[in-house]
Amino acid sequence: MTVSVSSMFILVNDPDAALGFYRDALGLEVRADVASQGFRWVTVAAPGQDVDIVLSQPHGGRSQAEGDALLSLVTQGSLQAAIFRTDDLDTTFEKVRASGAEVLQEPTSQPWGARDCAFRDPSGNMVRIAQA
Amino acid sequence: MTPDEIADLVCLRRARDLIDREYAQPLDVPAMASEARMSPAHFSRKFRAAYGETPYTYLMTRRIERAQALLRQGMTVTDTCMAVGCTSLGSFSSRFNEIVGENPSQYRARDHSHLEVVPSCVSMVATRPRRTAVAG
Repeated sequence: MTVSVSSMFILVNDPDAALGFYRDALGLEVRADVASQGFRWVTVAAPGQDVDIVLSQPHGGRSQAEGDALLSLVTQGSLQAAIFRTDDLDTTFEKVRASGAEVLQEPTSQPWGARDCAFRDPSGNMVRIAQA
Repeated sequence: MTPDEIADLVCLRRARDLIDREYAQPLDVPAMASEARMSPAHFSRKFRAAYGETPYTYLMTRRIERAQALLRQGMTVTDTCMAVGCTSLGSFSSRFNEIVGENPSQYRARDHSHLEVVPSCVSMVATRPRRTAVAG
């Protein structure tokens, strides 16, 4: 039996702003964009990688109270979205920074050997990017 | 949620990110509040409502968490105290003891190899001291 990752979910409060980050800055491709009852579910993925990331809105398919609670956590920065890896951290960092994303950490060599940087996506999720 | 409530949370997040980045600087609550574009009293109240502790205790918890990382790497207690932005060894040690439950030199001497297998950012979150009592 083999189990692998198929889809993961990131909450975003503004799908268009999220696309500016995940598609335009990080370079993910859009694989689906579904609208229903005023909300959107946008599926993005790294080119060549078979792992879907579904960007969805906190209130989509949820009650007002549940959506509000999730939106608060996202906006106040309590959630971590994902860790990406890149073969060229410095170029990726400059491209994402140039997109206007909030920088949490410039590319830094950590004491344990990894080299990475960190941003907030436009909704407030922490996104880390590591040198492959 | 209203747009104003969302804008407030964005400001609080930026102030907390400032603390996470600049914890080693002599940060005070008025400086943090100015990052959040709020008065210090209003900022402290909103920050605590969002994150469960006051801005100052959050800063000190952040410093102690960073101190734990440096001590695990073998830095001396005095150097660690200065590196995380604390100026008094006595108050650093007592705050460390209060949050971690042992003093910095005891913590430094312990075996921390079980933490080496998790990614850095996970270990940061996993080792971050939690204030479970009423945040003071």
